[in-house]
Amino acid sequence: MIELKNVVKKYPNGITALKGIDLTIDQGEFVYIVGASGSGKSTLIKTLYREEKVTSGIIKVNEYDLVRMKDRRVPYLRRELGVVFQDYRLLPRLTAYENVAYAMEVIEKRPEEIKSRVIEVLEMVGLKDKIRRYPSELSGGEQQRVAIARAITNKPSVLIADEPTGNLDPDTSNEIMEIIERINQQNTTVIMATHNQSIVNNYVHRVITIKHGRLVSDQEKGAYRYEA
Amino acid sequence: MKLRTMWRHIIESLRSIKRNGWMTFAAVSAVTVTLFIVGALFTIIFNVNNISKQIEKDVKVRVEIDVKTSRNKENTLRKEISKISGVKKVSFSSKKNELDKITKTYNSNFKMFSGDANPLSDVFIVETTSPSKTIKVAKEIRQLDNVKTAQYGGEQAKKLFKFMSEVQLWGTICIVILIAIALFLISNVIRLTILSRKNEIQAMRLVGATSWYIRWPFLLEGAETGILGSIIPIIVINWGYSVVYQQTVNGLMNAGYSLFTPGMFLFRIDLLLIVLAIIIGSLGSLVSMRRFLKI
Repeated sequence: MIELKNVVKKYPNGITALKGIDLTIDQGEFVYIVGASGSGKSTLIKTLYREEKVTSGIIKVNEYDLVRMKDRRVPYLRRELGVVFQDYRLLPRLTAYENVAYAMEVIEKRPEEIKSRVIEVLEMVGLKDKIRRYPSELSGGEQQRVAIARAITNKPSVLIADEPTGNLDPDTSNEIMEIIERINQQNTTVIMATHNQSIVNNYVHRVITIKHGRLVSDQEKGAYRYEA
Repeated sequence: MKLRTMWRHIIESLRSIKRNGWMTFAAVSAVTVTLFIVGALFTIIFNVNNISKQIEKDVKVRVEIDVKTSRNKENTLRKEISKISGVKKVSFSSKKNELDKITKTYNSNFKMFSGDANPLSDVFIVETTSPSKTIKVAKEIRQLDNVKTAQYGGEQAKKLFKFMSEVQLWGTICIVILIAIALFLISNVIRLTILSRKNEIQAMRLVGATSWYIRWPFLLEGAETGILGSIIPIIVINWGYSVVYQQTVNGLMNAGYSLFTPGMFLFRIDLLLIVLAIIIGSLGSLVSMRRFLKI
């Protein structure tokens, strides 16, 4: 469960990106976060995996208190979260398999466990026959699938996706959405920031709209309402 | 930490030592020069301190008698010396005896000075009851008739100490400057590594690698750079010291002094240099990690 109370984020340059956000997300929910560029949705996403510390307010993710927690505990919080970005952020010198395995190696999982799990997640995102390819040999959609596989390989309880379809064409975007839907059906909470109107309208879930650092609407089974 | 993880970090650090090529070479060279000077200075200082102690413990005053002095007058002098307070024992060494000592220490060429050609004086070796008495005793002996010189070990020790404190001062200044240069170069190498691994670090952070897991390869790279830099100084100092020891051991032995024997002493110096190299290397990488590694 994720809980935000009166979350304020001021950047050192004086800009206030979040002006008091209240939000509760239950385990297994699927939540879109929509809003214009500069509305504060990226900041909101970043505070969830503690890339950014908040200025005031309360954020709780599962049993972690993100405001009070010590820096050295942050890695353990991140093991409960999977994060996916618009630009994939894969390691170019590693193959698809190695990219996913890397996420398990750095938290010191056993080699046997890594091997079976990596193949399992790559199969789940439909890349079983391309595990030896390097990112440069994969299409954008395929790279994003590797990134998703990497994000879920350590079985996080929350998947955070910051415009995961931002660089992809509509068909490929739909494929990515099918994968994310499947992950959500396994009781993984999904929090997805997006600009993509048709996705929000086709894959109907709760929609949270952010505007000028404030939460302006929160609808169960919402549709994309924000005006550009 | 798991053994497998440590192994991974070591491989990673060696890989980036290779990748940083010339920068690594510069940093290694800086460590080499630093450690060479540190090592040389330490061997000198330790030995000089050791010899100084040996000299200080030497509670003898060496009295050279004027060449023209007759046997009778020598005996009078001996009695006078014995009366001085603090004198424990007075022993006589003829100039022939003195020449034999020199001939033994150096070589037989000195034999041509034997007999009437002997330029040396008869000598009284005066032992005092304690090292602190030697100065006073020597001064009083100098007042007596027929005495050419009266020397005590402490005098040489004092001069030696003064010289050494100067060597120590300048040596320390050199070392501090060199360590600063080495630190600067190593931290630059590590900075390069951090920048070139930016994406990996980002990926590691995202999936929840602990901060020490991320730091270890950088720390190791610094330490390894230091160790690489310690190889040449260790070889040169071990070889050089052994040579110097071999060349001087006989002469010093006859004078009653000794350098540290190479075996154990060099082992300690080597250990000291390696530890120092690791500390310099790790410190250099810590500097860069603090400034460039956001975890």
